[in-house]
Amino acid sequence: MSDRGRTKVLEVDRLTKHFGQAKALDDISFDIAEGEILAVVGESGSGKSTLARTILGLLDATAGEVRYRGTNLLTLDRRRMRQTRQHIQMIFQDPYASLHPRRRVHELVSEPWRVHRGVVERPQWRSRVAELLDQVGLPQSYADYYPARLSGGERQRVAIARALALAPDFLILDEPVSALDVSIQAQVIKLLMTLQLQFGFTAMFISHDLALVRLIASRVIVMYRGQIVESGDTRAIFEAPAHDYTRLLLSSSPSLEGPSAVESR
Amino acid sequence: MAISDLAVTRPARSSGRIGETLAQLSRSPLAFISAIVLVALVLVAVIGAPLLRDFANTQNLRLRFFPPFSLEHGWGYVLGADALGRSILAQLIVGARTSFLVAGATVAVASITGMTIGMVSGYFGGIVDAVLMRISDIIVTVPSLLLALAVLFVLEPSVVNLVLVLAIARLPVYLRVSRAQTLELRERVFVESSRALGTSDAAIIWRDIRPLVVPTVMTVAMLELASVMLAAAGLSFLGVGLQRPDVDWGTLVSEGREYLTRAWWATVFPGTAILITALSANLLSNWMRANADPLQAAAMEPTSSREEAARS
Repeated sequence: MSDRGRTKVLEVDRLTKHFGQAKALDDISFDIAEGEILAVVGESGSGKSTLARTILGLLDATAGEVRYRGTNLLTLDRRRMRQTRQHIQMIFQDPYASLHPRRRVHELVSEPWRVHRGVVERPQWRSRVAELLDQVGLPQSYADYYPARLSGGERQRVAIARALALAPDFLILDEPVSALDVSIQAQVIKLLMTLQLQFGFTAMFISHDLALVRLIASRVIVMYRGQIVESGDTRAIFEAPAHDYTRLLLSSSPSLEGPSAVESR
Repeated sequence: MAISDLAVTRPARSSGRIGETLAQLSRSPLAFISAIVLVALVLVAVIGAPLLRDFANTQNLRLRFFPPFSLEHGWGYVLGADALGRSILAQLIVGARTSFLVAGATVAVASITGMTIGMVSGYFGGIVDAVLMRISDIIVTVPSLLLALAVLFVLEPSVVNLVLVLAIARLPVYLRVSRAQTLELRERVFVESSRALGTSDAAIIWRDIRPLVVPTVMTVAMLELASVMLAAAGLSFLGVGLQRPDVDWGTLVSEGREYLTRAWWATVFPGTAILITALSANLLSNWMRANADPLQAAAMEPTSSREEAARS
């Protein structure tokens, strides 16, 4: 799974973010090629979410560069940055918090078109929302519901529909299923994989679920205390982890291999 | 405020929404009665006041302290007469108009201005926020009555000036409430997700934060209606508020106070009018707050099945 020769969608160069004395991100460099899913793994507090937010400009970086198709996002003026956001979308961890409680589903999904005018004209909003709901596997009748009436999995589907509304080029998934029930997780992941095949977006997938990462990502970077301790092809890292921390992560992840409780009885 | 905004964004569905709200209102007896009482009072004030204006100011010293609940002198004196033999009922009706006008305008000006400043101040923070909050501290520290006295002594004591002075004195309440809530809301993930989408700050304040601040401010505003009525009354009592022939409920209470032992009705009826208005406004605002929240509204809705309740 070599990405050499392919266009780089995102290049992160020596990105650093300090919160006072604490180094949340320390000299992070990596890149993502077109159509690739890159996984960022690490324990809580290792800087995964900070990385996502700094790339998106929701947090100000202390130093470094984030280049999206060649343009440095961190030095763009506000207006240009707002325009560029059209191509980069994020799906947040907790669908209970990321949807505005006073907006109906169709308002939530059509929100991106209100912000970025001209993508979809207002008369088409209703039918486009219907299409998007269909694509994420929600019935049309949900368009008039408030998020309070939806379950966690359904809410995350709404968030995915909203993120896809602008047909983004690059998607950041910040632990998109970790707040959901295990039974729902698989459905949502399957949906995301189907949509990725369909739309061909590039994605950065933040997770601490290693089984999931192995399933969907082509490359992995392992973060520990704000630094990248290891990166490479998913298979290579899972088969022969080079760094102690990666080995620790792998060994602490519950696995289906080995004697099961039923057999050992 | 909130209802009219909804009407602007979705003109085609506004009538349906108002109908829906009315249907929900009729299911809550207390709120429904409160709404009817308020509407009736406003109607009486709007229709009755211009008709009864002259009668309310007619003095008849032979009817001085005429006791209530007697039809000896016709329906006009059913609630008795005051120290100058003026009909209490007629004055109540004429006073209703002024009271509603002054209290309504004051609360509207104060809440809209206070909420706007509070949201902007809370959202952006920094020096602007610090300066605005210190100004608000100063307004709170200066006794509002003293401030009003000074201003109205210099300026002409007209309805407009009265409204402005009271509005400024009441501003910090709304400013602090909306700022505090904005401080909490701006850290929420849906605001972050709007920022990630590329929404401008102004749009985030207007579309994300305002809908959640308005219900709180509305509740506060409804509570404030009564206290503004009383504050206006206090100013009238001190002689810098409304002047005869303009009369409001507060003026009636303070005028009647002197004769409380001889003619309780001159104070009790206008006082009761203020109490009923305040109570209705309160009950209605409580209901409105609960109804504006989809989570609570869903729980109140009888059609939502147990299955749906379990989901949320």
